[in-house]
Amino acid sequence: MTTATIAPTIVTPARIVRVGLSRIRYEITGYFRQGDAVFFTFLFPVVMLTIFSVAFSETSFGKDAAGHSVSAASYYLPGMLAAGVLLSGLQNLAIDIAGEKSDGTLKRLAGTPLSVISYFIGKIGRALITGILQAILLILLARVAFDVTLPTEPSTWLTLAWVFLLGVATCAILGIGLSALPRTGKSATAVIIPIVLVLQFISGVYLAFTNLPEWLQNVASVFPLKWLAQGMRSVFLPSTFEAAEQGASWNLGGVAIVLGIWLVAGLILARLTFRWIRKDS
Amino acid sequence: MPHVHPWTVVATHGGGHDELMTASASAVEVSGLRKDYHGTEALRGLDFDIAYGETFALLGPNGAGKSTTIEILEGYRDRSAGTVSVLGVDPQHGGLDWKARLGIVLQSSGEQGSATVREQLTHFAGFYPNPRNVDEVIAAVGLEAKASSLIRKLSGGQRRRVDVALGIIGRPELLFLDEPTTGFDPEARRQFWTLINQLKAEGTTILLTTHYLDEAAQLSDRAGIVADGRLVELGPIDTIGGAEARIPIVRWTRDGIAHEERTHHPAELVTRIAADGEPERLEVVHPSLEDIYLELVGAAENAAPELAASTGKASS
Repeated sequence: MTTATIAPTIVTPARIVRVGLSRIRYEITGYFRQGDAVFFTFLFPVVMLTIFSVAFSETSFGKDAAGHSVSAASYYLPGMLAAGVLLSGLQNLAIDIAGEKSDGTLKRLAGTPLSVISYFIGKIGRALITGILQAILLILLARVAFDVTLPTEPSTWLTLAWVFLLGVATCAILGIGLSALPRTGKSATAVIIPIVLVLQFISGVYLAFTNLPEWLQNVASVFPLKWLAQGMRSVFLPSTFEAAEQGASWNLGGVAIVLGIWLVAGLILARLTFRWIRKDS
Repeated sequence: MPHVHPWTVVATHGGGHDELMTASASAVEVSGLRKDYHGTEALRGLDFDIAYGETFALLGPNGAGKSTTIEILEGYRDRSAGTVSVLGVDPQHGGLDWKARLGIVLQSSGEQGSATVREQLTHFAGFYPNPRNVDEVIAAVGLEAKASSLIRKLSGGQRRRVDVALGIIGRPELLFLDEPTTGFDPEARRQFWTLINQLKAEGTTILLTTHYLDEAAQLSDRAGIVADGRLVELGPIDTIGGAEARIPIVRWTRDGIAHEERTHHPAELVTRIAADGEPERLEVVHPSLEDIYLELVGAAENAAPELAASTGKASS
């Protein structure tokens, strides 16, 4: 009974972080070895951006301050970046963890001295790094293939950095929390993808947000994706577009607050719902 | 098996565990263990201890309660009643330090297997304070040729060897093996036995469940037989079932009629039989663990319907 006092404990913060970092590497390697996950979460926004940019290549989506026409690629880039964060964070983690729960991965880990925190570090780290790679890929594609003008102000890139980081953290934590929803690994895709898809349609990813009826805008404003997409638009769209937003403002303060609230809610949800295994199932 | 095995040194766990071993008399202590699932009694009161360094086999038919018992000891399930101590700790409150002293080989699972054998073992070794050498463990389970293969590309028996390797990578004091050799070919089983005997020689305490009675006889010091949620037999592997059950059996056939007789003096009996002329198909059988086991389980199952009737429903 006196283990803790006699034996040196392995539960030290340094150790939890070190093992967590080794989990990130392990998770990312495993992720890129699963073809379907890579396509549906990593490459999907890239494919969608390409389709929209090509399909609407002749259409003008508005004018910037200098009177230049805004192309489809420029117009859709922020939405696809937001979608990428949602897919790499929420969709991928929720489906992945639900699968690990039912295929025995979590049961095996539960029998080892792996800390839950190290496991979370691994998952969030994976969402962050795959999300960054995805964002770089999207921005490069837009710049190189579709000649999108990128922001030049360092302060604008700084906005991108915090919106992106806060977005990934929130989506990843919510993904961990939502992984408790599907009862089996097989049903995970059927439970999670509709949620993610509906969110994308009502949050200004595929359809212009300001064209939606006001009540639907209000519904979407409860959820984080609308704010994430709005933050991304503030970075990549010309200032002439700001007037079309809700309240005629990018409202970056609102972006920070709503994403922050969801982050905290997600942490509480994950803390309450996450179990290595369902005892007595 | 390679010669110099660096894992011949046992208690290198930062010093503390020697005191601990003497602090608690047995590695595993189970008393009055009961488990109900929604009104069905899966375990109806089990009592047994496993000494430090002992290899103990838990035998019994499917659904008898073996896995429920082992999962309660591993901390995966909560018990309904009774007391349980594993390495001096109640498994329901076992923390990470406690888990670091265990090795768990669960029944086979269907994980993705997106890591190679070496990646997986190296990664898991990092969870433990004093892990074994990865390449030595790979060699010990005979997977050198597959070390760089993705686990999902391995055969069932090879994946099972990875499970065993992951169970011992952390240099456990207590190793749980739940049907470890399912899917092994005969050669792999022999290799596994060698490995287990090495672990025993190093002082590892082992709790084993298996359907291969020859394996239990080969590896374990003592065995418990579970049938219908009860321990119907408990004892050293070479006396289990009692002296009665070990009396040699003489079988022979004469004039198309099969005869069978149990005797302590088979040679004498055979001489008498031969006196009446050469019999057909004469044999003297010393009951194997399997024979004794089948007899015990058969007897328990014959008694079970009454129990089931009195408690409402038989456990599955």
